[in-house]
Amino acid sequence: MQQLLYLTEVSLNGLTTGVLYALVALGYVLIFKSSGVFNYAQGVMVLFAALTLVGLQRGQVPFAHLWTAVFGTHTYLFGWNLPAVVAIVMTLGVMVLLAILVERLVLKHLINQHPIVLFMATIGLAYFLEGFGDLMWGSDVKRLDIGLPVGISETIESFTAATFGYGVFVDRLDLFAGLVAAALVFALTVWLKHSQLGRTLRAVADDHQAALSVGISLRLVWVLVWSTAGFVALVAGVMWGAKSGVQFSLSLIALKALPVLMLGGFTSIRGAIVGGLIIGVGEKLFDFLMGPIIGGATESWFAYVLALVFLMFRPQGLYGEKIIERV
Amino acid sequence: MTESPERKTGSGADAPALLAVNNIEVIYNHVILVLKGVSLEVAEGGITTLLGGNGAGKTTTLKAVSNLLRSERGEVTKGSITYRGDNVQNLTPAELVRRGVIQVMEGRHCFEHLTIEENLLTGAYTRKDGSAEIAKDLELVYSYFPRLKERRKAQAGYTSGGEQQMCAIGRALMSRPETILLDEPSMGLAPQLVEEIFNIVRNLNEREGVSFLLAEQNTNMALRYAHTGYILESGRVVMDGPAEELRENPDIKEFYLGMSESGRKSFRNVRSYRRRKRWLS
Repeated sequence: MQQLLYLTEVSLNGLTTGVLYALVALGYVLIFKSSGVFNYAQGVMVLFAALTLVGLQRGQVPFAHLWTAVFGTHTYLFGWNLPAVVAIVMTLGVMVLLAILVERLVLKHLINQHPIVLFMATIGLAYFLEGFGDLMWGSDVKRLDIGLPVGISETIESFTAATFGYGVFVDRLDLFAGLVAAALVFALTVWLKHSQLGRTLRAVADDHQAALSVGISLRLVWVLVWSTAGFVALVAGVMWGAKSGVQFSLSLIALKALPVLMLGGFTSIRGAIVGGLIIGVGEKLFDFLMGPIIGGATESWFAYVLALVFLMFRPQGLYGEKIIERV
Repeated sequence: MTESPERKTGSGADAPALLAVNNIEVIYNHVILVLKGVSLEVAEGGITTLLGGNGAGKTTTLKAVSNLLRSERGEVTKGSITYRGDNVQNLTPAELVRRGVIQVMEGRHCFEHLTIEENLLTGAYTRKDGSAEIAKDLELVYSYFPRLKERRKAQAGYTSGGEQQMCAIGRALMSRPETILLDEPSMGLAPQLVEEIFNIVRNLNEREGVSFLLAEQNTNMALRYAHTGYILESGRVVMDGPAEELRENPDIKEFYLGMSESGRKSFRNVRSYRRRKRWLS
């Protein structure tokens, strides 16, 4: 019984990690779906959003080190603390601004180029944004605290302890992240499927030229998509940042989002979620069950192997759009 | 040659030009000269056809008008394009659609993963007159293309070539256009279907008053339905006139319709004859 409960705990843990993977993967799906671009910079956008949120909230002076070096001003803090909500709204504004700049400076010049060219442009963007974020807010590890519930849920622990004699540990932040992710996915799916703007986004994803020909402004659509991806990055950044601190390694969770995408399909929001959950639970369970036998540390590679195996049988992923080919 | 069909709308010769292309030159990628001085006029309420073989510059001319050229790294370097007297060369495709000029591209270009109905609705993107009007036009499109209504919930990518062509034309109609630039609607379709599509084009022209600039390789078909024709050869207009006249022109009969007084010639003879003819003209 205790073993079984422990297994449940591990799975639950995996599920909640999976939700966080899914949040990151979601950002990729949005941009890929509507512009056919694999946005390598999504992971860095998560980091950048979290950095900006913390910086704004704590009243950090942007580019403080730069100003100090040039003018010798040693001001690092404005000396205020913004309420979390204000800081979040301001960060959203920054992410929209980022979207506009990306469109103006990068995408606009690459209309109708081969996808690989756009992909490389996003690699450049990723490294630029990484350095820019560091320069703007400093590279120290920051704590993100916007009043989210943290710590072990005592209700669940005491309840399971009382009924089964074993207290299951569930992080309240993880539960919260799960709820937020679910709400976000639901809203996005409905929006894409049923709103006029969502239909326009899907049209652009299918055929840029045809979209242009019916009078859709690609530039507007791209700003919109990148803003939405920025918003999703912010949500992911908040959840991961609250969990493990805001630091460079935050951008590396993007690497975990890759197998999630392969599993779920690059074009499906549902796929990103299901893929995230499968990988989250899969890697935790595999490590728990097989880890001791094959020497542990399976979490670092399990996701990729799973994705590879999956690719052999279903290259478009679980929910990816079938590649339509008429004969 | 079949009988010339009756027409209600007048031929373009005396009507004022709705769209005028004046001696334009188009260069792709800054080096490849595709159009070398093309001039043509599209009459209001008429069907004007642009004929010519592969690479003659039909598609490029249409794209120069709709300004889809720029996203393909092409640009108009000389000449001018006017619509209702206004210079429209520097307008974006979206602005042109709002003015009533929309292109239906070669090869259909439907949004594959959207349903037929969603495809049609994207055509109304630039409209601001509310969903009731749009719903009304959707019914209008379905009345012209009953097959689309049957397949409204089908993913466009899985429908047949003919249905996709209808979907593309229907989508353009949803923008309430004055002028449709229609690029090779007959491409890859069975003759019967081509006939069906051309009939719809004529109906739209007569009943809805939509003007057409129609690029075609199917010379025979296009000249039967159009009022005016232009023949393009390697980036130049080599001949133009009312469709009936072009249809009776011996050179066109010979080169484009494959008919001549002395019966069919062998391909090699036609080629040399054509070359000589070009030198002489």
